[in-house]
Amino acid sequence: MSANEKISLEQAELLRFITAGSVDDGKSTLIGRLLHDSKSIFEDQLSSITKTTQKRGMEGVDLSLLTDGLQAEREQGITIDVAYRYFATPKRKFIIADTPGHEQYTRNMVTGASTANLAIVLIDARKGVLTQSRRHTYLASLVGIPHLVVAVNKMDLVDYSEDTFKEICKDFASFAAEFNFNSIEYIPMSALKGDMVVERGDQLPWYQGVTLMGLLENIVIDHDVNLEDFRFPVQWVCRPQTEELHDFRGYMGRVESGSIRVGDAVTLLPSGLTSRIKEVLFHEAVTDQATAPQAATLTIEDHLDISRGDMLVKTGDLPHVTTEFNAMLCWMSEHPLDPKRKYLIKQTTKVVKAKISKIDHRVDVNTLEHETVETLQLNDIAKVTIKVQQPLVCDDYQHNHATGSFIVIDESSNNTVAAGMIVLSDG
Amino acid sequence: MSNHSFTHLDALESEGIHIMRELAAECANPVLLFSGGKDSIVLLRLAEKAFRPGRFPFPLMHIDTEHNFPEVIEFRDRRAKELGERLIVRSMEDSIKKGRVVLRSENQSRNSFQSVTLLDAIEEFEFDACIGGARRDEEKARAKERIFSFRDEFGQWDPKNQRPELWDIYNTRTHQGENIRVFPISNWTELDVWEYIDREKLEVPHIYFAHMREVIRRDAGLLPISRLVQPKDGEKTEQVMVRFRTVGDMSCTCPVASTATTIDEIVAETAVTRITERGATRMDDQTSDASMELRKKEGYF
Repeated sequence: MSANEKISLEQAELLRFITAGSVDDGKSTLIGRLLHDSKSIFEDQLSSITKTTQKRGMEGVDLSLLTDGLQAEREQGITIDVAYRYFATPKRKFIIADTPGHEQYTRNMVTGASTANLAIVLIDARKGVLTQSRRHTYLASLVGIPHLVVAVNKMDLVDYSEDTFKEICKDFASFAAEFNFNSIEYIPMSALKGDMVVERGDQLPWYQGVTLMGLLENIVIDHDVNLEDFRFPVQWVCRPQTEELHDFRGYMGRVESGSIRVGDAVTLLPSGLTSRIKEVLFHEAVTDQATAPQAATLTIEDHLDISRGDMLVKTGDLPHVTTEFNAMLCWMSEHPLDPKRKYLIKQTTKVVKAKISKIDHRVDVNTLEHETVETLQLNDIAKVTIKVQQPLVCDDYQHNHATGSFIVIDESSNNTVAAGMIVLSDG
Repeated sequence: MSNHSFTHLDALESEGIHIMRELAAECANPVLLFSGGKDSIVLLRLAEKAFRPGRFPFPLMHIDTEHNFPEVIEFRDRRAKELGERLIVRSMEDSIKKGRVVLRSENQSRNSFQSVTLLDAIEEFEFDACIGGARRDEEKARAKERIFSFRDEFGQWDPKNQRPELWDIYNTRTHQGENIRVFPISNWTELDVWEYIDREKLEVPHIYFAHMREVIRRDAGLLPISRLVQPKDGEKTEQVMVRFRTVGDMSCTCPVASTATTIDEIVAETAVTRITERGATRMDDQTSDASMELRKKEGYF
């Protein structure tokens, strides 16, 4: 590797993506193909799956075995919700959230999708757009994944037919129009044969677009973070109280969105007190600006009583401060929601007592129809009304993921029982 | 400023700092496990970035198998001193004396027995969270583990009963006696770790760099000669230019042949390496397909 290559590697961006599809769609084979053709599989892993392939009486290398589960999963026939896999090319580093299909799909996909920039929805070219394609697309949209790739797989089984591909694209586009993705791309491929995954192959000369890898390496993700509205939830207050730093009070946290400069007027929420930024510190470096998603330490001009759970924002660009709001909830626990009980909500760095006071409707993830229900079960998605004991400082989730997301914790088991996305604008 | 200059290392660093601050704020009595190895060296750097100019809100702790390379122990002590942070060392020898660990032979690998000493130390100090340098790219059991990984009263990991982990909102709540293992560099690969060490100009123990060492070839690996490993009948020792990719128990940590004498050269070698870190260097993970998973269930890190 030359010095130039090293520089480009250290400056590579990070892209996180999720693959949505069942085993039958060739999801494991696709991930295996991406890892294999980008030379991200190590020799000892390859020799281990080659042996297993032979043990099972098959020829060659079954790439789907790369994502094979743990002993606990094999023994008990269960699947653990999400595994993370890593690979890199000279252009980018990638993190795949690999979620198994099957019954618990909604919970798994929401978990994996919560950190993703991009979702690959797999479609079997023989079967076309199915109910589950619609479900996967809805969930990707619900969690606000900006970029969607429709991978029309198993093209080898439909003779690489351009007409079949076009038909599927048309079908998909007609229902995807109602969702709000920044971009939707369609790629015909055969993960099994390797066409259009990393290599172009010889079978799809009529397709002029990029390969899946070409897309993953080049898609613009700069604007996925909200760069408009400065939001800084305080995580930790640093007061060294040493002789030379006697009066130092550093507010430590991560810039969740937007940016801030020295001298900017800021408002502390929920109190509403105001001040100006005095210093922006990164460890030993003193700079004049911090931008999302940097972790930083801020000091301010005035002495305000600031603690964890408070949020610093730019004066004039305020989020909502509220004790009652609507949210989309994905229920993740085997114990159903008990509307009479109090739960805990963790949003940014704040934990508050909460009551889910009303279930407005449940969404049928297959038909998107609204249903009236009394409680929520595992994998249910619903619009709810929530009351909290202390005000939350928040934004609409689709506008700002970091300040619009929360988890629901059952205080008696300490388990995370739901994921929530705040809905402020009705419509 | 455009977000374009925000590289993958910046993203991983920012995530690591955020995790450090969350656990410090929400856990009552955390501890950072520092072995002197490269992954925990990165943890210390993240802790500096998270908490300076303040002190770390947790002590450092090493579970010493007493099978460690002497230069790593020297480095461990020196680094803790430079940082001015408190270092707790709990030795497996104590667990052996107390009869909590019974070894079959003096030279046997002690990796799997670390769990006992670790769990004893957790109880002694009432730690509710242990910060560790494990990475998901190391092994398939790790790939499915949470960043905040919950353990029951017996220190056991139950892979099928993990809390869902969404966005970067971490649930740190535990009942009395339970605890959480926290892995701030879960999403880093071996290459990311070396690139970061390079970028931050961090010092690492010398055994990470290529050097001449007396080894024997056993089970397709190179084993370093030490007080714990001596040639068996028919085995010949040889001098080979090697470096270590991990620094663990001397009796089962194998070096790899290498000519990399600078961090730059290690980064270059790591970028093109074709064998996983554990595959190349850890004999104890090769005993069965699920050996790491089994050890983790027993409380191993």
